[in-house]
Order: sequence, then structure tokens, then C-alpha cells
Amino acid sequence: MLIAICFIISVGSFYLIHLLPGNITTVIEGPGASPENQAKLYKLLGLNKPIYQQYFVWIGNVLRGNLGTSFISQTSVASTIRAALPIDLEIMFLSQILAFATAIPIAMRSARKPDGWLDRTFSAGSFTLLSVPTFIVIVLMVLFISVKLGVPHTGPSSYVSFSQDWIGNLESLALPAVALAIGSFVVYYRVLRSDLIATLQEEFITMARSKGLSQRRIMWRHAFRPSSVALLGAAGVNIGGLLASGFVVQYLLNIPGLGYTLISAINMSDYLLVQGIVLVVSVGVVLINFIFDFIINIVDPRISRE
Amino acid sequence: MSNFPQFNVLEEAILVEKPEKKEPLGVLFWICVGWIGLNIVGAIFANVLPIENPLFQNYSLVNAGPSLHHLFGTDDLGRDIFSRVVYGSRVSLSVGAGAMLIGFGVGAPLGMLAAFRRGRFDAILTNVMYVLLAFPAIIATIAILSFWTPRTLFKIIVVIGIASVPLVYRVIRTATLSVATKDFIVAAKVQGATDRRILLRELMPNIAPIAISFLLIGVATVIALEGALAFLGLSVNPPTPSWGNMINESRTILQMNPWLVIFPSAALCLFLLCLNFIGDRLRHHFDVTEVKL
Repeated sequence: MLIAICFIISVGSFYLIHLLPGNITTVIEGPGASPENQAKLYKLLGLNKPIYQQYFVWIGNVLRGNLGTSFISQTSVASTIRAALPIDLEIMFLSQILAFATAIPIAMRSARKPDGWLDRTFSAGSFTLLSVPTFIVIVLMVLFISVKLGVPHTGPSSYVSFSQDWIGNLESLALPAVALAIGSFVVYYRVLRSDLIATLQEEFITMARSKGLSQRRIMWRHAFRPSSVALLGAAGVNIGGLLASGFVVQYLLNIPGLGYTLISAINMSDYLLVQGIVLVVSVGVVLINFIFDFIINIVDPRISRE
Repeated sequence: MSNFPQFNVLEEAILVEKPEKKEPLGVLFWICVGWIGLNIVGAIFANVLPIENPLFQNYSLVNAGPSLHHLFGTDDLGRDIFSRVVYGSRVSLSVGAGAMLIGFGVGAPLGMLAAFRRGRFDAILTNVMYVLLAFPAIIATIAILSFWTPRTLFKIIVVIGIASVPLVYRVIRTATLSVATKDFIVAAKVQGATDRRILLRELMPNIAPIAISFLLIGVATVIALEGALAFLGLSVNPPTPSWGNMINESRTILQMNPWLVIFPSAALCLFLLCLNFIGDRLRHHFDVTEVKL
């Protein structure tokens, strides 16, 4: 299954370059290019061979870690991606820690007393936030926090790399991490809350209560484990959207991660770089999804036994 | 299919019908319906309404705040923000309607047929759809739109619409499955009803409530996606206004003119909120409890 999906992704990303309108050599060299130069480039790219051969040459290179050399910056696509990827991973990691650390305790509180004031507040709040896309969240945060309040190190172009100054790095990534965490929190809170309410009505919870176990022990040991399956499932599905939100945030704040690199590559018509990023990101998302499935199987062995 | 436990979990829990009394829709529901209606009317009749030309640049009045003459103020080129917000709804609404038309037009019949026929047809189709679902749709949309230039509204609708097909298929198939095993379907079969009759007259009315509430939430999702694409500069080209690209244009002049970001954001969020709310209320009203899709 995994191999089939990766194969489809590779064919899809390979074919992307053929979606370009007109002759690709004109696109790369500009409209004023001489016919000889165009013919040379045509051969250099291997475009005179049949398309399936082109694919095999390309995928052979990709498997060896060679994603080609950008026509614009003359640097290797693989090394550009390697430089940008850690920033995306850091933002995602920070935001997920924030989201889980807030969603799990609040959802537990909410589920313990459904329709209580805490539950009502957070349910209504999360429903409203569900309708606010991340790109609006981050623009408004920048408007109110870095522009109006003037909090330093949070505005656009204030990114500091981790190796340079790790405190400054965390400061500059605080806004993006919180913006992404809000989007994830809403999803995790809602999924976990509704699942916990269902779990708490099961007979084994009644059993645990009648044994006289403490509320805390019931919540964490008996109710959370079965309900965490739904949470993990939601987290796995959420990854793709999270990455895309990360792109939006980087674009606004000029953080040189994959998203920022991707959008500037699109605007500069650096097609090989775009292709490389799309390939790496898609395969990455699929892999993460499979890892989540694997974890779910460990947490809830009932699923694989069915 | 055992490779996708999360989907199995979702599908088992998708439909729990409660034989309770119907919940009333409430006042807020009708306010939301009214707001959506107002937006639709505004989008359709934008060029008849007595508002300024959204492309007219008045250089003597740049970055002005809200006033009687310009309700929402003007942008950095002196264009009236109010009329740009009204015209901008055209892009969002056509993407929402068009993409879901494609998604439901392809996904819904396939899903119903697969659940009704079962067998090999269902097995193959469902596996294909699950492979497609594993593909990160947002990344694919960005990738295709970045290569398939020049970007037009039509192409954006097509790409987002196709990306939504597997999702619609899954929801409709699951909904149909839960109905197709009911006694009244068996009774219809015994009576010798044709497949067409069973599909159109027996199954369709019964899955309609789920389909409609999912449709509304789908429209909201698709509009938010178009907004994000427009924000990244991957939607319709300027100067055509859309809520997303207005927010994109404002990002460099946040300090000077906050109104340029606040009004389109508010328009977009309110619209999405109303759609989500209507979808949610309808689902409760028809007694369909649905796990996150």
C-alpha cells in the first residue's frame, strides 16, 4: 500500500513539469532564447526520449538523492530542501506540543461535566474558531501583537536561526507555533471531548467507579487510553493541513522554511525546486500518516485484530 | 483496507440514529441562513447595486479609514474596500459552489452505487479512493496550481473539485451503507422494484440529510482553502478582488491600514461560521450524530 502510494506520488510530481503551457525550454530560458540554445537544453533535460524513459531516469536520480539543479540559483535542489526542512519540523513540533498540552486537559475537564460552564465556553469557542482559517489567525496576530502592541521579535522578517541564537529562534517562532496550535487545538479538543463523553458511558467506567477509584485515575488510566485512538487518528489526518498552514505562516513572516522556499520558487518559476519540494512533502505526509496508524495499533490492539 | 484503521474507526461510528423528538432549528439558524442569502444576492447583483466600481482608483483618497462615503474605507490604491469585499464574495462563492458541484457530481453517485452494489466494484473503487485520500490534497492543489498557469477561476474550481471527490465518496458510501441494509430496502427489492427506483426513490431521500449537512461544511472547507491559496498568491490574478487576495495585498501595509485586513477577514469568517453553523444545526435536527470526517 505504502509503495503504491509513493509510486503514484512520484508519477504525479514527475508529470507536474509537463503541465506547464507551451515549450518548457522557452519557459526556462525566456521568450528571447535562440533555437540552438533551446535544442541544447531540450537534450540536456532528456526531453527527446519517450516519457516513460524520462521517468525512469528521473526516479533513478531521485532514489539516489539527486533532485536536480535549479536553473535559477544553480544550487542543488536537495541541499536547498535539507536547509529548509528543519524549520518546518521545528514549527510543527512546537505547535503540536502546545496543542496537545492544552487540548487534552481541557477536553478531560469538559467531558467530565458535559454542559457545564467550562464545556459550554470551550465548545462554543472552538466551534467559532473552527471557522477562522489559519491565515487569518496569523495576520490578525501580527496586526495586533507585533504591529499594535509592538512586541519585539515577532514581526515579519525577524527570523533567527537556531544555531545562531536559540532564544531568539524560539522568540521568532512563538507566533507561528501559537497560530498553528490554535488550529490543531480546535480539532483535538472537539474530537477528544466527544469521544471521552461516549467512553465515560461505557460499563467498564461504571465498574471502575463502583470499585471506588479516584476520579483522576479513572480519567487517565481508564477513559483516556481508549479515547486517545480518536485523538491520534485526528492528529494523523491533521498533518497535511498543518503543513499547509505552516506554509502560510512562513510566507507572511518570511521564515525561510519549505513553505517560504516553495512560494518564492513558484514566483521565480524555479520549477525543479517546486517539483522537489512537492515530492518530499507529499512522501513525508504519507509516511507520517503510516507512523500514526502504527502507533494507533499499539495503543488499541483491538483494531489490528479485527 | 486494514492499513487504514483510522478510517475504520470513523466509519463504524459515523451513524448513530436516535429515535428522539426533532430538535428545533432556532433563531440563530435563520439569522445564518439570512446572512448567507444576503451574501449570495450581493455576489450575483454586485454590478447592479449602487456601489462603487471595485477597480476604480482614487489617488486623492488612499488608505482612508471608514467614513460615510466609503463605509469600509479605501485601500492603498484608493479603491473602495466595501465594494471590493462585495465583489470578492463572487470568487469565494463560485469556488464553493463549483468545486462542490464537481465533488458531489462525481463522488456522490459513485459512493451510492458502490454501497448499493457491493462486491468487486465496491472493493476496487473504495481502495482506489483510499489511496487518493492518503495523498495530501492541499499539497497536491498547491502543486498543480503552481504549474498549471495562467491560473483562472475555472482551473481553481476544477482542481479543488477533483481533490474533494474521494472525501465525498467516503461520506456518501458510508451513509448509504447504513441505509441499504434496512428492512424497507429489502422490502422494495422483494416487491421487484428496479435498481434505479431503489437508488433514487428509497436511498436518496434517506441519505439527503447527511449529504446536505456535509455539503454545507464542504463548501465552507473549500472556501477556506481558496482563501489560503489566494493568500499565497495562487488563486485568481489581481486586480480581480477576492477575500483571500485582499488579505494578501494588505499584509505589507498592516501598519498603515488595518481596515484592509479586518473587513475581508470578517466577511470570510462570518460566512464560514454561518455555513458551519447551519450544517451543524441541520445534522442535529435530523438526528444524525457524526464523528469528525
